[in-house]
Parts: sequence; structure tokens; C-alpha cells
Amino acid sequence: MMRVLSRALLIAALAVSAATLSACSTDRVVSGLRGTGDLGLVIERARGSVQVFDTTNKEMLWRVDGLGDLSHASAVYSRDGRYAYVFGRDGGLSKVDMLTGALVGHVKQAGNSIGGAISQDGRLVAVSNYEPGGVRVFDAKTLAPVATIDTDGSKVVGLADAPGNRFVFSLFDAGETWIADFSDPSNMIVTKIRDVGAEPYDALVSPDGRHYIAGLFGEDGLALVDLWHPEQGARRILSGYGRGDEPLPVYKMPHLEGWAVAGGMAFVPAVGRHEVLVLDMTTWQEAGRIPVHGQPVFVIAEPGGRQVWVNFAVPRNDTIQVIDTERLAIVKELKPGKGVLHMEFSPRGEEVWMSVRDLDQVKVFDTATFAEKTSFPVDKPSGIFFTARAHKIGL
Amino acid sequence: MIRATLLVALSLFLVLPAGAAEPDAARKAELSYFLTQDCGSCHGLKLTGGLGKPLTPDALSGFTDTDLLTTILNGRPGTAMPPWRGVINEDDARYIIRLLREGKQP
Repeated sequence: MMRVLSRALLIAALAVSAATLSACSTDRVVSGLRGTGDLGLVIERARGSVQVFDTTNKEMLWRVDGLGDLSHASAVYSRDGRYAYVFGRDGGLSKVDMLTGALVGHVKQAGNSIGGAISQDGRLVAVSNYEPGGVRVFDAKTLAPVATIDTDGSKVVGLADAPGNRFVFSLFDAGETWIADFSDPSNMIVTKIRDVGAEPYDALVSPDGRHYIAGLFGEDGLALVDLWHPEQGARRILSGYGRGDEPLPVYKMPHLEGWAVAGGMAFVPAVGRHEVLVLDMTTWQEAGRIPVHGQPVFVIAEPGGRQVWVNFAVPRNDTIQVIDTERLAIVKELKPGKGVLHMEFSPRGEEVWMSVRDLDQVKVFDTATFAEKTSFPVDKPSGIFFTARAHKIGL
Repeated sequence: MIRATLLVALSLFLVLPAGAAEPDAARKAELSYFLTQDCGSCHGLKLTGGLGKPLTPDALSGFTDTDLLTTILNGRPGTAMPPWRGVINEDDARYIIRLLREGKQP
């Protein structure tokens, strides 16, 4: 009811503002025309909903229900930043209108899924599945099925978009990385790279879209694919970073998301070590390692590249550490509360939003002073996704 | 591998006579939350599976309590299931098994 009413108001407001132009320019969506560039959403993992925020006015705009099981969920955006595509645990793919708070599409496309991506041209949305495995591709406008890529039951992880209207993903069970080229959507071409390493668990694409790196769970190392030269196959990097030490228990799978890059170095979580690994991106050799508080889960650079923020697996998930990328040292430790699950920086890095699950809060921190600026009540918050991702390769 | 499992099973048997202490009410609440939220990270909040296998009563029907206890406390080497011994103790794990058997739904 509320949603219907809001939509009606929006339409009315649009009509009014078209007539009077900028006569009224208050903040709410319903009171006039507005862009979407400063909007974002937060997953409410237990209730299966999302909250949509205006990050400039620090205001919750909508709660959108009915997205299914969001125990594990992520989102990508249409290129106009209006629609969010949310990938849920139960194989649900939902399309949310950020301007009206309406759930405008929902398909149950698999039994169990882990993530997704949107194509370079914005026309295709791909979802990676655990059950029954494989990738399914949909029309971004209508959510009509376009293609299915069968992986013979292998769980698919680390799905990302790449230039050339390609989707790149890895097979957890088979240890392979596949590239699906949709430059001609009616004639998809899949290139399979075999033997990239044991149990790739997640992956990321560099900001220029050239390099795809899959983290390996089954061995110490990462697999690197040069997407300019897929014919060269995958290259093992940081092999044996554990140096034979008995690995520590991994109570939560690390996530590779975006690319924590600063000064020609990439920062990635070690698996089974309480360390962040530093990778020289010209030589692809280890450039250092930074001991941290626990098993790192997300290692994310603020957009300016000066800081890298790290959160940790249970039972140490009440802590955030901030690494100075120049000194390769921890310069700040925060205790936002138990269950820090995710962080998202504002596009220019002045603040970071953080999900603190056990407090049912999203907190916003100033990245210069580390002061908490504000917080919002959000039910069991997990992933935070801002619309600025619409314009980034690999996100 | 078989020998290791057997040893673990034996040691559990030795260490864990029947009538081990139950967690108190506060700890039970923590464990229930832990099962949903943290086990749920891999197994799904509804425990219907994810990277980890489903943990529904049906899915677990072929395993004895000792199997489950061993898996929870010692993990499953060669898979992503870690040993939770450093985070929960044996009484905790027994309580979690009870919740799993009851098909606790969050």
C-alpha cells in the first residue's frame, strides 16, 4: 500500500516538477526529480529485504520486501543507476527500482546461488549458481532467460563482467576459469581455462578489466588470468604463501571484491593465515604481508588508495583494522560491534558505511577522523552496495 | 584418514561420557544465534545449504550424533568445513546437534 501510494506520489510529483521546474527541490524522491548517483542499498539478510538509502541526506528512503532468502546476497546496478539487481541465496534474482522502492521483477532461477554480474553493455545479467551449478544469463530489462551455461554440477564462484561483453567465472569443484563472450548475444562463445588451481572460492577483476584473479581455497595461492590474452591460460601467483605452516581454521570464506589497489600494489586476504598479502602488480610477486587481527574476509581500499580497511571472520568479527598503504602498517583499529559483515566507501572515499549485524545497525564513519558520523537501524545488515558501482568494471 | 577418524571418534568417546553438562540459558541463546547466523554463512540461514551442505534433519539423518560432533569440533579436512573447537566446546556442539535434529527454523 505504502509503495503504491509512494509511486503515485512520485508520478504526481514528476508531473508537478515538470510543470514548475525547480520550484521545489526538497530531498525525498517523492517530492521531485532527482538523480540516483548517491543512492545505495543494504541487504537485510534475515528478513529477505533491502533498505534503500540517500547517502547525501543520510536518509532511509525505502524498505523493499519479498526478495527471498538473502543469507548470502549481492547486488549490481543498471548503467543508469536506477535499478538494482539483487542475487539471493535461494536462486532468486530481484530487480529493485531505487527511485520508487518497487520490486519490479523477481525470478527464481536456481536452487542456490552465490552472486552475479551485469554485462558491459548493461543488457545482460548473469547469475552464478551452487545448485544446480552453472551460470544463467537474463535480459536486464525483462529478466527473460537468454542463456544457460552448464558446468556439469560444479559450483560457480567469482562471476564478474569484463570488457568485450564477457562474463568470467570459476568452477569451485573443477578448478577451472571460464570466459563467456556475449559480444554476439545470440552466439555465446565459452573459453575454458583448465587447471587454474584447487578450489577457487571467489575472484575479482582489476579496475581496467584486464586481470582476473581467483583466490584458491584448496591451495596457498591465487590464479591470474590476463583477459587481454586468455589464450595464455592461468598463472599461479603467490604460490605457497603459507610456507608449509599449518593453516589456521577459516571460520568464514574470505571475499574478493573489487580490487584493493594502491601504488601499484594489490591487497588480498590470505586464507588460513591472519595476514593480508601485498602483491606487486608489475611483477605479480609478493611485496609484503601484514599481520592482522584475524582471518580477513573483506580487504577493501578506500577510493583514494591511501587506506585499506579489513574486516574479519567470526569470532573476531567485532573489529576493523585500517592499513596505511604507504607504510604497509596498521594505523587504526576500530571496534564497531560484533558481526561487522561488510563495508562500502562513498565513491570519493570521504566516508565508509559498515554493516554491524549483531547491533542491527549500519554505521557511517569518517575516513579521515575515524569518527562515527551516524548510524541507521537495519535488521541483520550484510552487504552494502552503492549505485556508483554501476560505472565500475567488475562490480 | 580412516585411522585419524577412528582416533578422533575414540577420543570423543573417552572424553565425552553421557550426561555432559548442558549450556546455560544464555549460552543456548548464543548458540542458537550462532547456528543461524554463522553456520548460516556457508550453510544458509535456513540451513538449506550453500557452499556447505544442507543441515536439515533429513539431510543429516544418515549421520550419528558422534559423526556430527566430530565434524563440528574437528572439521572435515580437505573441505571448507573448519574445526570449531576453538570457538565452541563439546557441550555447545551437543546442543547445536540437538537443534539440528529438531530442525530448528530461525
